[in-house]
Amino acid sequence: MALLELRNITRRFGSLKAVKDVSLAVEAGEFFTLLGPSGCGKTTILRMIAGFDAPDAGDILLDGKSIADVPPERRPLHTVFQSYALFPHMTVAGNVAFPLEMARLPDAEIRRRVGETLDLVHLGDKAAQYPHELSGGQKQRVALARGLVNKPRLLLLDEPLGALDAKLREEMQVDLIALQREVGITFVFVTHAQQEALALSHRIGVMKDGRIEQCDEPDKLYTQPANRFVADFIGKINLIAVEVKASSKVLLQLTAPGLGEIAATDPRPIAVGEHGWFALRPELVRVYGHLEAADLKNRFAGTVKELLYLGDVTLYKVDLANGFVVEALMTNAAPGRAKFHEVGDPVAVCWRHDAGLYLRN
Amino acid sequence: MAAARTQPAGLTKWAVTLPPTVFLLAFFLLPALIVVAASFREPGEFGGLAPWPAHSLDAYRFLFGDVIYLEIFARSFLVAALTTTICIVLAYPLAWLIARSPARRRDLLVLLVILPFASNFLVRIYAWIMLLGPANLLYTPFAVIVGMVYVHLPFMILPLYTNLEKHDPALLEAAQDLGASAWTRFWRVTFPLSLPGIFSGSALVFIPVLGMFAVPELLGGTGDVLIGNLIKEQFLDNRDWPLGSALSIMLTALVLALAGITAWAARRGLHGTEAVS
Repeated sequence: MALLELRNITRRFGSLKAVKDVSLAVEAGEFFTLLGPSGCGKTTILRMIAGFDAPDAGDILLDGKSIADVPPERRPLHTVFQSYALFPHMTVAGNVAFPLEMARLPDAEIRRRVGETLDLVHLGDKAAQYPHELSGGQKQRVALARGLVNKPRLLLLDEPLGALDAKLREEMQVDLIALQREVGITFVFVTHAQQEALALSHRIGVMKDGRIEQCDEPDKLYTQPANRFVADFIGKINLIAVEVKASSKVLLQLTAPGLGEIAATDPRPIAVGEHGWFALRPELVRVYGHLEAADLKNRFAGTVKELLYLGDVTLYKVDLANGFVVEALMTNAAPGRAKFHEVGDPVAVCWRHDAGLYLRN
Repeated sequence: MAAARTQPAGLTKWAVTLPPTVFLLAFFLLPALIVVAASFREPGEFGGLAPWPAHSLDAYRFLFGDVIYLEIFARSFLVAALTTTICIVLAYPLAWLIARSPARRRDLLVLLVILPFASNFLVRIYAWIMLLGPANLLYTPFAVIVGMVYVHLPFMILPLYTNLEKHDPALLEAAQDLGASAWTRFWRVTFPLSLPGIFSGSALVFIPVLGMFAVPELLGGTGDVLIGNLIKEQFLDNRDWPLGSALSIMLTALVLALAGITAWAARRGLHGTEAVS
């Protein structure tokens, strides 16, 4: 049985449907992420799980029992707020002790648990300080410690890394993974940052306009997006409008009007004449100096229109025939060579027939 | 570095601060010193002060020699404390309600709080005479307290509202999320964070009540004389300026001592609340 289950949750704000018939199940010990652009309903779902908001329809179950009528203060779960919401008039230790005091634990036990948890987030020496004396990253870890100290069944995290700068964010991501594994508490994480979601989660629910578009493991989402939105939202991707020309178990023949034939594979039975999208990750596209070197079936001549040199990798935007632009990401793995092509260079792009995906409209 | 650049230049700083400094020196510090000096002089035959260099400690001898003055001081502090306490109890829910109202309604409610100031103070006190008279409550300590609370309530509501309005609602959600009941949320989060507001409100109520003479004079009975009345009497009725001055100085000294103790206690006990005050 799933630890947390949402059954057909709907939430309206006036005429706006913020959450539309969402169902999902989170297993015990899982790091589950709701990912989506702002306004997609992910925070509303989190607030309904916490109890600060109630669904208009549907039910929320914890350990198989509905918690619809349980007020937030009695739900065995805690939230890490985006703003941290640390109590400014309490010390770090006071903040972390708060949930334990609410649970009426004996003083000695509170002291022990506060000490342990502060050590866990590397803040043992900050116990007597006040929140306004801490850096953003330290506040973040106090908020985490406060949420974890009482060993809740579930920890909800609302964009907890949103206020940190990029480097600190990356460090906290690593810490967060280790922390979740160490304490074994189920995390439900909300973010709009797709890289963060990929890096942290066991499973991700990708949301758009109040619906879950796809719920899967990070690598599945990346390599097998269910639709155009998911493909586009997670990572970079080339999308080309195509028509199905021929379909068999081993080969899918597509036509991109103005560009030419594209070979792909798809195990699904697909009707000839169907219109859809051909999706191709930039890192699966290769760029060669001349067409002869491109020995693959899918090969097109073009010109380098723009390039983005990022140090470890270079992103090439290659102009193909009739205004088609394909992005290719190449690792700068050759010693002593920063990049392989310059803007204006005539090049050939190619990819394996199983590199891309066919997405239905 | 950036902060240094935004500091006003020396000359500007002087030009801006000089007029208020001169004003305060001339019309606050100087009169205060005159009062101190007056308390060591002798009363004139027909009021005012006896000609220089007549001087004595009679005023202080008189003040400390009669227990009645101690009683009046004690009663005044009691009335001030009671008024302040009642003001806190009445103002808190009001300030909280205003702070929780939709932003547009808030301004209207604040306006209603200060609206009584639009009419004359004495007129409002006379209104209380008409209200309390028929109820047989006029000229009682109760009437004095009612009047004092009525006059000073806005001075408690406004600083409290200003404080409560700034509270981050996420803090209450966090407290609830971590297991706190409504009662606990109030006492562990809202109340401690509102202490700076309570302190400023209390200062704005307590100190003026100590010096207030119109309310006890108009609403109180013969037994309700407070320091304010006493001082006023020395200057206007008894024509004993030195005694009036000595009483004023005693009052100022006590208020300053009290303010000092409060500030010291506040600095020790209010750590972290600066963030919202």
